[in-house]
Amino acid sequence: MLTLEPSLLTIAYLVAAVLFILSLRGLSSQESAGSGNFMGMLGMAIAVGATLSNSSLSAYGITIAAVVVGGAIGLFLAARVAMTAMPELVALLHSFVGLAAVLVGVAAHLSGHSGTVVSIEIFVDIAIGSITLTGSIIAFFKLKGSLSGNPMLLPGRHVLNLAAVAATVVLGVLFVKAGQSDTALVYLGIMIAITGVLGMHLVLAIGGADMPVVVSMLNSYSGWTASAAGFMLGNDLLIITGALVGSSGAILSYIMCRAMNRSIVNVIFGGFGAKPKAKAKSEGDEEQREVDEIDIDGTVEALLHAKNVIVVPGYGMAVGRAQHAVREMTELVEARGGRVRFAIHPVAGRLPGHMNVLLAEAKVPYPIVLEMDEINDDFPETDVVLVIGANDIVNPGAQTDETSPIWGMPVLEVWNSKLVVVMKRSRATGYAGVDNPLFYHDATQMLFGDALASVTEIVTGLRAEAKAAA
Amino acid sequence: MKIGIIKETFEGECRVAGTPKSIARLKKQGFDVVVESGAGANADFTDDAYREAGAEVLGSAKDVWEAADVLTKVRIATLDEVPLSHEDQVVISMVSPAQNKELIDTFAERKVTLLALDCVPRISRAQSMDVLSSMANIAGYRAVLEAANVYGSFFTGQTTAAGSVPPAKVLIIGAGVAGLAALGAARGLGAIVRAFDTRAAVREQVESLGGEFLEVEFEESGEGGGGYAKLMSPEFIEAEMALFMEQAKEVDIVITTALIPGRKAPTLWTEDHVKAMKPGSVIVDMAAESGGNCECTEHGKAVVAHGVTILGYSDLPSRMARVASDLFGTNISHLTKELGKAEGFAIDHENEITRGALVLDKGEMLWPASKKEAPPAPKPTPKPEPVPEVAKAVEAPPSGAGKAIFNVLALAMAAGWIGLRFGMGNEQLSPELAIFLQHLTVFVLACFVGWQVVWSVTAALHTPLMSVTNAISGIIIVGGILQAIGDTTSAPVLVGAAATLFATINIFGGFFVTKRMLQMFQK
Repeated sequence: MLTLEPSLLTIAYLVAAVLFILSLRGLSSQESAGSGNFMGMLGMAIAVGATLSNSSLSAYGITIAAVVVGGAIGLFLAARVAMTAMPELVALLHSFVGLAAVLVGVAAHLSGHSGTVVSIEIFVDIAIGSITLTGSIIAFFKLKGSLSGNPMLLPGRHVLNLAAVAATVVLGVLFVKAGQSDTALVYLGIMIAITGVLGMHLVLAIGGADMPVVVSMLNSYSGWTASAAGFMLGNDLLIITGALVGSSGAILSYIMCRAMNRSIVNVIFGGFGAKPKAKAKSEGDEEQREVDEIDIDGTVEALLHAKNVIVVPGYGMAVGRAQHAVREMTELVEARGGRVRFAIHPVAGRLPGHMNVLLAEAKVPYPIVLEMDEINDDFPETDVVLVIGANDIVNPGAQTDETSPIWGMPVLEVWNSKLVVVMKRSRATGYAGVDNPLFYHDATQMLFGDALASVTEIVTGLRAEAKAAA
Repeated sequence: MKIGIIKETFEGECRVAGTPKSIARLKKQGFDVVVESGAGANADFTDDAYREAGAEVLGSAKDVWEAADVLTKVRIATLDEVPLSHEDQVVISMVSPAQNKELIDTFAERKVTLLALDCVPRISRAQSMDVLSSMANIAGYRAVLEAANVYGSFFTGQTTAAGSVPPAKVLIIGAGVAGLAALGAARGLGAIVRAFDTRAAVREQVESLGGEFLEVEFEESGEGGGGYAKLMSPEFIEAEMALFMEQAKEVDIVITTALIPGRKAPTLWTEDHVKAMKPGSVIVDMAAESGGNCECTEHGKAVVAHGVTILGYSDLPSRMARVASDLFGTNISHLTKELGKAEGFAIDHENEITRGALVLDKGEMLWPASKKEAPPAPKPTPKPEPVPEVAKAVEAPPSGAGKAIFNVLALAMAAGWIGLRFGMGNEQLSPELAIFLQHLTVFVLACFVGWQVVWSVTAALHTPLMSVTNAISGIIIVGGILQAIGDTTSAPVLVGAAATLFATINIFGGFFVTKRMLQMFQK
C-alpha cells in the first residue's frame, strides 16, 4: 500500500470535509441534489483511501473483507428497499452508526489508552452510540409496524430516565478511575446495558405521530456519536463530519417540532395522544354529528368538472402504496384541462420529506408538489381537495378547539375549498388519537375504503369518461 | 314611507329603476310604492304587472314626484325634472357627480337629499348594491352578442360536409366585470378567447373562465385601487401596443373595456391596429361613452373603418332592459335595506356605504366622501368565510425557540472554551487538555457550518438529506480502520473490523439509496 505523509493525510481529510459540506449544500434544490450526492461519495472515497494509506496499519486483509461485505449488504439493502419503507431503512442505518461507534469505542479501549480526557471521550462515545443503537432499533420496529405505535408510558418514567443518566455518570467516574484494568471493562458493559435500555425507553415513550421527530433526532444522535468518536481518536474529519450530521438532524427535529407546534422537550418526554380530557369532550358532541358520504362515481364526477384540484397525501397513501394510482389520476385530470397540485404538510408521513419521495417515485413532477406555506392560501379558489390517508394535518380543530391536543399546530386549511373528499380506511381517529371536525364540515364528503382501491377505481372512472368524450 | 318609480326621460333609455320583482322586495321592507304609468313599458313591464306586485300606478311623473318620499331613477334627473322635487325628498339614481356639478347645485337649492348609486363604495359588503358591477356584467354579455350579430361567421368551430370552419378568436382588453362577462359569453358561444389586463391579479379569474391570459413581457403592476387599473408608463404602453399589433392580425373580434376613473378612456387600439385586422372583423368599444379605447370609435354608432365594423354603443345594458331593470331594482332594494328599511329609514353618516353614496344631504354638498382606500378588484365570486381569529395567531411562527436554544448553546460552548483556555491562569495547560480544546474548536465551528448549510435544504429533499447524512455519518469507518494495527486476530482489530463492516453498510446503503431517490425527482 502506498503511504501518505501526515501533512498530506490532513489535506486529504480537509478536502473530504469540504466535499461533505458541498454535498449537503447541493441538496438545496432538486437540480443540484444529484451532484451533491456525488460529492459526498467522492469525499467518502478520499477519506477512506487516505485512512487506508496510513503507514501504521497492518491488518489490511480483514479490513478490506469488512468493506467488501459491508458494501455488498449496503447496496443490497438500498437497491431492494421500497420507497414506502424508507423510514425503516433510515432508522436501521442509524442503528448501524450507533453500533459502529460502540465497537470503535470498545476497540479503542482494548487497544490501550492513557489519560483522563481520552477515557472520558471513550466513555461518552460508547454511551451516545449505545443510545443511538437501541433507540434506532426500536424506531425501526415501530415504523415497520412490529411494535405498536402507541406510546408506552411507564409510571415514573422521568425518574427512570434520570436514574439511568445518574447511574451512567457514576459508572463513568468509576471507569476513568479503573484505567486499563478488567474492572473497567465490566463498568463499560454495565454502562452499555443501561444506556441501551435508556435508548429503548426514550423511543418507546414516543407516539407514532411523532415518529418524524424521532427519526430526525436519531439522525442527529448518530452525528454526535461520530463526533464523539472523533474526539476520542483525535481525528478532526470525524469531528467535523459528525457535527455536520448532528446539526442536520437537530434542524430537522426542530422543523418537525415547529410543524406540530410542540417543543422538542414535549416530544421527547411528553407521551403524546394520551390526553383523556380532550377526548371526553369531543365524544359528547359526536352523537349529533353525521358525516356525508360520497361514492366513487360522485368523486369522478366532481373531478371531471373541477378546474383546480389539490391532493393532500398522508401516511395512508404510503401504507396503501397508492402513489402510482394517484399519479395516473393526476394525468387524467390534467388531460381534461384541470390543474392538479399536491400540498405537503411538513410532518405528513413518518419521515421528513417522505411524501415528496413517494410522489417522485411515482414520477409526479416536483414543481406541482408544494409545501404547506406555499399552497395554504390557495384553498379558497380550489374546487376539489382530495385528502388521501391524512388526518391530523388537515384537522381544523388545531385552529378552533383549544382543548385539542394538536391545538396550535399549523394545518392545511382544506376546509376553505369548495369540496373536500376525504379518503379514509375507516372512521377511526388519526395517529394523534384526536377526533377530526373536518369530517363533519359542510364542505366535506367522506370516501371510505382502502386508498389504493379507491384511487384505482377513480382512475378507471375517469378513463371511461375520457373515452366516452373522445 | 313611499318610494316612487318614474319613467326615464333620457332618449333611448329603456331601463326602469323598479320592476315588479324589486317592488315585492321593497314591500317586504315595509315601503309603499308608487309608479308612473308606463314607466316599465320599454322594459316589458306593464302597469298591471306593477299593480299585481302591490304598487300604486299614478298618471304622471309629476304625481309620483309629489307623492314619493324616496324617488328612484336610473339616470340622473334632468334640469326639467329637478323642479318637480320637493324639500327633504330623497332621490336615488346614478349621478356621476364629477360631470354633473350644475345639476347637483340646482338640486341643492331645493334641499334634496341625493344618493348616487355609482358612488357606492366597492367593498365586498356593498357588492349587492353595486349597479356598476351588475350593469357591466350585462354590458359585457351584450357586447359579445352585438359583435356576433355583425360578424359574418360562426363563433364555434364546425366541421361540416361542406368544409370546416375555424372557431372565432376573441380578444378582450380589460378583464374587469364587463370583460369577464364578455369572456364567459364568448366562451359559451364556442370562441377561442384571450384576455389582456395590466393587473396580474386577474389572471386566475381569466383562466378560471377558460380564457387565455395575455401578458406583456414587462414588469409593472397596473393595480390602481377600487378594481380599476392605473395609468401605465410609456415603456409599458409601447410593449402593450406591440402585443396588440400581433393580436390584431390574428383575432376576429376585439372587445375593449378599459376605463380609468375620472379620465378619458385610454387609447389602446389605434387606427394602425384596425388596419392590421382582417376585413369583416368586429370591434366592440365598451368605453365609447368616455372617449373610446379605439381611435376609430364613434360614440353610439356602428361604423365601418378599413373593412372592420366598430360598435360604439354605450346603451348596452339598456338593450337588455328587462333583466337590467330587474338587477338595477334589486340593487336599489339592497340599498334601501342598508338605509334601515321603511321603519328605520335614515341617512347614517357613520355608515361607510351610505356616506360613500351621499352627494347631497338636505341640500348640503357632501361629495366626495373623505377617500378611503378602496380594496383591489371586486371578486366575481363571493369571498370565502373569514378564517377564525385564532388561525391568525397561529400563523406566526412560534418564535425562533429552536434557533434561540441553539444560539444559547453555541454561546455557552464558546464561553466554556474561553473559560478552559484562560481560566488556567498562567499555568501550563496539560497537553491532553490542549488537544481537547483544539478539537472542541473544530467541533463548534463545524456545528455552525452545518447549521448554516442545512437550513438551505429544500423541504422536499428532507428524506434524501437524511439518507445522505446517514451515509456521511458512516465516516466512523475511519475509526474502525484505524484499529487495524497489529495481529489480525487481536481483539481490537476484530472489533474494529466489525465497526468497519457496519459503517460500510451505511456508506454504500446511504449513498446508493439517495442516488435512487434523487433520480426519481423530475420536472
